[in-house]
Amino acid sequence: MRREIPLFITSVVGLIFIVRFFIPHEPFFSLENVSASWIQVIKAFAIWLGILNLLKVSLDKIYKKEKGWGYSGIIIFSFLAISVAGFFFPLWESRSSDDSYIEHARKFQYPGTSFDWFYSYVYAPLSSTMFATLAFFIASASFRAFRARSFQATLLLLAGFVVMLGSVPIGNVLFAWLPQGWQVSNIADWVRNYPQVAGQRAIQIGIALGIISTSLRLILGIERAHLGGEG
Amino acid sequence: MSRPNPPAPSSGQGFWEKFAKLDRRIIFGFIFLALALPLFFTIRQPIPVSPEGKAYYQAIENLPAGSKVLLSFDFDPPSSPELQPMAEATFKQLFTKNCKLVVIGLWPQGPQQAERALASALRDPQFSDKKLEYGVNYANLGFMAGDEVVIQKMNSDIPSTFPSDYKGNATSSLPIMQGVKNYKNFDFIINFSSGFVGTREWVQFCVDRSGAKMIAGNTAVQAPENYPYYRSGQLKGLLAGMKGAAEYETVSNQPGKGLTFMGSQSVAHLIVMLFVILGNIAYFVSGRKR
Repeated sequence: MRREIPLFITSVVGLIFIVRFFIPHEPFFSLENVSASWIQVIKAFAIWLGILNLLKVSLDKIYKKEKGWGYSGIIIFSFLAISVAGFFFPLWESRSSDDSYIEHARKFQYPGTSFDWFYSYVYAPLSSTMFATLAFFIASASFRAFRARSFQATLLLLAGFVVMLGSVPIGNVLFAWLPQGWQVSNIADWVRNYPQVAGQRAIQIGIALGIISTSLRLILGIERAHLGGEG
Repeated sequence: MSRPNPPAPSSGQGFWEKFAKLDRRIIFGFIFLALALPLFFTIRQPIPVSPEGKAYYQAIENLPAGSKVLLSFDFDPPSSPELQPMAEATFKQLFTKNCKLVVIGLWPQGPQQAERALASALRDPQFSDKKLEYGVNYANLGFMAGDEVVIQKMNSDIPSTFPSDYKGNATSSLPIMQGVKNYKNFDFIINFSSGFVGTREWVQFCVDRSGAKMIAGNTAVQAPENYPYYRSGQLKGLLAGMKGAAEYETVSNQPGKGLTFMGSQSVAHLIVMLFVILGNIAYFVSGRKR
């Protein structure tokens, strides 16, 4: 039963969504809405599952004093700090006399709250910094990997070169001698809109076909890897 | 049996051999300078506006005054340098046309990013005088978990999908939401996204099913996957990355952060290309050993 019930639910919900797409009328309309609500609830619980898993892994690491356990300590501390700021801020922040505690608590993301302070001055700058470091690694990786080793690699190199140059205004300034309509930015636009789109379409059609076949396998109960068993 | 010793590295290694093995920290240093120094200077460059950038601006410009527009903020702070300038300029253009704006977020941080962009637009003197009112001229319905399922559910019933707004008010009590049931009650949809869930899901679950008209602002990394949707007309306009933000600020005559940051991006691209060219010279001169 541990396998049959999930397989049954997967099949029924999958079929509801397919039938609703082709027959947009009752009762499929309501059935789809109920299924969608359930998916939302499960996805919301998945956030909790993720949080609990993160805490378990981090606490384990600290307990066993594994390599890098200090970073796990920072994770736990940050999690607790922002949770306390979000859940309990009404305890120490002034609220207007019109607001009940619950109404006041709903405003935890408002400008000036502790949660907003953490978001604006800790979370946003730190996560932006992490993302920005990519620029340095991309530059270093480009230097080492962008080599004209073969015909295909040379083609990729040239396309990358044109798109990079055409994506910044200085490209047109450097190659101002090119005729009107053949500026670097025009060539970059052409690369993005034609060869790139052709490749993207091929990839996306391939992905779509893969999704359709996998979905059918799931609905028909042929694919069972997601249940933790054999495929 | 002893193995012969490998030949000792030549002490007189050529410049290009050494260059090919350049310490990455030197490249990091150049990139740091390329990104940081232009921020201290005002570099004004002529920005060529792409057809998709022009189309984005024109799509908003063609909206009748007072149109109702749904905006979805599906990104978080790491992508804000690219998407926030687009969002701020978009709010300004929409407010200029007296549009009514309803904001949602399918990423938990999205509504907070929207609040920042709204606050920035509302600080502009041309709108602070208009006395735009929350709930009447604009509203933020907040975040909803469920990714593409939320987009699908909104096709049936938006108030039940978002029962309360960002501030805890009942969605149905907001004047701006009166008469809003699904996408058909919006004149236009705008999506800012940096990944999943994002523009692709909006096209698949909203545009294709409801026939809604939509434009999008994407990070430069994500935009290529959405060009097919622009080419097919499923997207009426598309802004791609910092360049897209700068294009939009240029065409809508609203100079902002997009144009300011393009200076850094220009110099950084040049430095990267210079290293790639020199790296290839080193590769060929040193006999294609690496």
